[in-house]
Amino acid sequence: MTPAAVDWHEHPAAVALAGRHRVRAWEAIPWVLALAFFFAFPKYLGFGTELLITVLFALSLDLVLGYAGIVTLGQAAFFGAGAYTVGMLAKRGIWNEPITGLILAAVVAAAIGLGSGLVLLRTQGLTLLMLTLCTMALLEEAANLAHDYTGGFDGLDSLPIAPLLGRFEFNPLYPTTQYLYVLAVLFVCFVFVRTLVYSPFGQSLTGIRENTLRMHAVGAPVRRRLVLCYALSAAIAGVAGGIWAQANAYVNLGTLGLDRAATVLIILVLGGYGHLYGAFVGAVAYMALSHFLSKIYPTAWQLGLGLLLVVIALFARNGILGIVEAAARRIRPPRATP
Amino acid sequence: MIKRIIAITIIALALGVAPARAQEVKVGVALPYTGIGAEFAQLVDRGMELYLKLNADKVKPYKITFIRRDVKDPSGANAKIAVQELLTQDNVDVLAGWIYSPNAIASAPIVSAGKKLAVIMNAGTAHITNLSPYYVRTSFSMWHAGYALGEASAKILQAKTAVVGYTDFPPGKDSLAAFKRSFEASGGKVIDEIPMGSAGAVPDFTPFFQRAKDKKPDLFFVFVPAGDHAAAVVKTYAALGMRDAGIKLIGPGDITQDTKLQAMGSAAVGLITMHHYHADLDNPENKRFVEAWKKEYGANTTPDFMAVGGYDGMALIVHVVQALKGKIEVDAALQALKGWKFASPRGPIMIDPVTRDIVMNEYLSEAVMKDGRVFQKVIGKIDGVKDACKEQKIGPCAPAPK
Amino acid sequence: MIFGVDVASMLLGGVAAGMVLFIVSVGLSVTMGLMGFVNLAHGGFAMLGGYAIAQAMKLWGFGFVTALCFGFVVTALASAVLERLLYARLYRATELDQVLFTIGLVFMMIASVTLLVGPENQPLRLPAFLQGQVNLGITHYRTYSVVLIVVGIVIVGGLWLGFERTRTGAQIRAAVDNRRMAESLGINIGRLFTLTFAFGSGMAALGGGLGAEFLGLDPQYALKYLVYFLIVVAVGGLGRVTGVFYAALLIGVLDFTLKKYLPQGGTAFIYALTILLLLWRPQGLFGAKTT
Repeated sequence: MTPAAVDWHEHPAAVALAGRHRVRAWEAIPWVLALAFFFAFPKYLGFGTELLITVLFALSLDLVLGYAGIVTLGQAAFFGAGAYTVGMLAKRGIWNEPITGLILAAVVAAAIGLGSGLVLLRTQGLTLLMLTLCTMALLEEAANLAHDYTGGFDGLDSLPIAPLLGRFEFNPLYPTTQYLYVLAVLFVCFVFVRTLVYSPFGQSLTGIRENTLRMHAVGAPVRRRLVLCYALSAAIAGVAGGIWAQANAYVNLGTLGLDRAATVLIILVLGGYGHLYGAFVGAVAYMALSHFLSKIYPTAWQLGLGLLLVVIALFARNGILGIVEAAARRIRPPRATP
Repeated sequence: MIKRIIAITIIALALGVAPARAQEVKVGVALPYTGIGAEFAQLVDRGMELYLKLNADKVKPYKITFIRRDVKDPSGANAKIAVQELLTQDNVDVLAGWIYSPNAIASAPIVSAGKKLAVIMNAGTAHITNLSPYYVRTSFSMWHAGYALGEASAKILQAKTAVVGYTDFPPGKDSLAAFKRSFEASGGKVIDEIPMGSAGAVPDFTPFFQRAKDKKPDLFFVFVPAGDHAAAVVKTYAALGMRDAGIKLIGPGDITQDTKLQAMGSAAVGLITMHHYHADLDNPENKRFVEAWKKEYGANTTPDFMAVGGYDGMALIVHVVQALKGKIEVDAALQALKGWKFASPRGPIMIDPVTRDIVMNEYLSEAVMKDGRVFQKVIGKIDGVKDACKEQKIGPCAPAPK
Repeated sequence: MIFGVDVASMLLGGVAAGMVLFIVSVGLSVTMGLMGFVNLAHGGFAMLGGYAIAQAMKLWGFGFVTALCFGFVVTALASAVLERLLYARLYRATELDQVLFTIGLVFMMIASVTLLVGPENQPLRLPAFLQGQVNLGITHYRTYSVVLIVVGIVIVGGLWLGFERTRTGAQIRAAVDNRRMAESLGINIGRLFTLTFAFGSGMAALGGGLGAEFLGLDPQYALKYLVYFLIVVAVGGLGRVTGVFYAALLIGVLDFTLKKYLPQGGTAFIYALTILLLLWRPQGLFGAKTT
């Protein structure tokens, strides 16, 4: 006796698969919190702006690291490329409109990402890590050498950024405009990234990360996908860098340094990679600790931070969100599908 | 009736015996307490504290409270946030600090927007004081020592040729420009300019010094950031036998920073430096300063030019507090500073009313061994040196067109 | 004649710098090749060792050579303890977790040193017989550089002998090439890891002490030079002592030469060169070709 045929659209597995990219209620939380922060802590908006930019930057890294599995120490190369694009254009009086400036920053960063991706992504592991690092370092040296254009070690200061939409000025002392501007850009980029990772393209990236050999076997154009992902992630990092230059009215070599690249990697792994929201969690955790620990006990915050990183690495596979996921699984075991 | 008299008496007594509360003045300090600048931050901080300790009577009846923020690194971003929060969250009355020039440069727009007096206690790039009308500097400009040394090299040391080695960042380029300009104006010739790595990490100086040695100049003028770079410079100079080859090593006092000098030992003997301060200066204020420093922080410690930048900066702030009776409004403060003179451990100093930069003596010193330790003997002095870059409006020091 | 002197001094300077890089990096290469563990705290061990050596000389009056031995032993022991307690837990973890752990560890090392000793540079006074110049016939050169070159050659020779001629060395080489096979042959991998890790960290300490004359010694040492060590290891090939040796020499000599003749180029050349080398041979100059 055959069981009644189930319409495959209604099969629990199919429903689960189709619904995985549906927006869940709790996904609104970070945005609500960000807005609440704006009203609750008007004096901390400088810190808040820096935090949101860091989230955007970490998000770009999540795309390439968490989803495509490319371990890179050179993401700051694209951040700096975007920052300097905005900075050099503004300083020379060539272009200082903020929104189009961001688009230019994204384009420049994506171009560098595409070029370097085509060359570097033939390699893997430690070699790829070192290559990304050296590329970024080379870019930093080039910026230092071209100090007539980039301001060298001192950087370009007092960038004249035009008011947003012609009306909202960027005030260095009370960065309300900057905060909301960055929040809006972060939202747009986040929607873009989220749509991307749940699209077939995004799913193929996960496949490449998990089992490259098999992806080759199914005929997926692996290298092309990887390079495209790398370039897109570079574009977003470029936006983050461009908006950093606009919000701070300042750009210098620190935007291209190993320090920045290593910090964003730590932030992402701390929060949990491959989860998109890991960028939020990691950035908040890292920057809040760094900011407030250094206020209370300036000389020892590095010790506390190091200890936290060690503890998380030892006991929490895949960062804070990894802990949350493990706990959630224990509370609510996944339902078995027939 | 009696009740009213009693009430009034009580109120009068209460008002009369109310404790005179010291008026508090908040000084926001932005220094790199962690990271590579930590030891410099400590020197400036100690200099500020020591001034308050030694001159408690000059501070009365006001109470100076420090609100410290760690700027962590020279990249500028953290300095901006620190300064912005000091202004908007802590509502400080005066800002102070800045070890690294990039941080001072990055902070300029916020300082201007915040309209508070900002005292630079170390950062040495010449044009910084032009970036905000509220910046006042009690440390130095690279041109103070560099320009004076160029002149002194030609006139006092009778040198004809020089090779310049400098760390490749703006204070280094400033130093090169300053020395070259005055040396060549006084008849000398700079025959080679060698950028020697970045300020971030101490490179191995051997290849650069080898190149300088091969050129056979009379003088080798070296500028490197104070600290580890300087120690490596002196070591390499000795290791390559350059003194025996007849090449004198000269530079601004950053290379013989007091806190590193003794560790260099006999290798430092023969170095000739030009600077506004070292701990061996022979004047009564300095003797008192050094003695108090050793008593407070340890007999094995010594103040240096960074400490004196903090010390004099604090003196400036206290002067302003007293002159304005604790209500520090920035334009009145700048007025109060015009023509302000002070007997500092470095000699008499003044704030230039036009550029808001410091005017002070420069001392030409030679390192010798005395009583078993390295001693800096003053062999020449130039009084009342101004920052020549802004004075002569050279390059970036020219005031920005409005 | 003059040209010969120039070349000689260039080679000597570069080779000496390369030797320091080699001594510090060889431990990193072997542990990364053997354990497949990304140990970014390696620079931290070099720093701790250097500090141990400097403090021994300053506080207890140890001679330079004695202090070097002391630094080696102390660091090797400390790292062995850390390996057993902490590192071993992460052998099966992802590369990223290893990165996170070792960076956290290095932060803790830097902070502890800053708190215990202070943020200043530690001066390391060389004994008199190592200072000054020595006559080499063609030219006079810095004694210490010559000594370093000799020491480096002795060390690489000793290591080569150790790897090629001893049982433990053979076991390590076997485990680097094919861990599972080695395990199934009865080699105690856990003990081998600890031994190698301790030795590698001891070597790093030695390098930290010997190199203090050129590279200085302060809390930031652990991270400042990490990039150089990683470059040397990547270019040399993981787990290959001779590879690391030649890579370190190459980088040392090139860096020196470029700084002398083209100081404006800064460190750009080293990075450009590394990129070219790694693109040409991704497994390193001497690494085994991966399938």
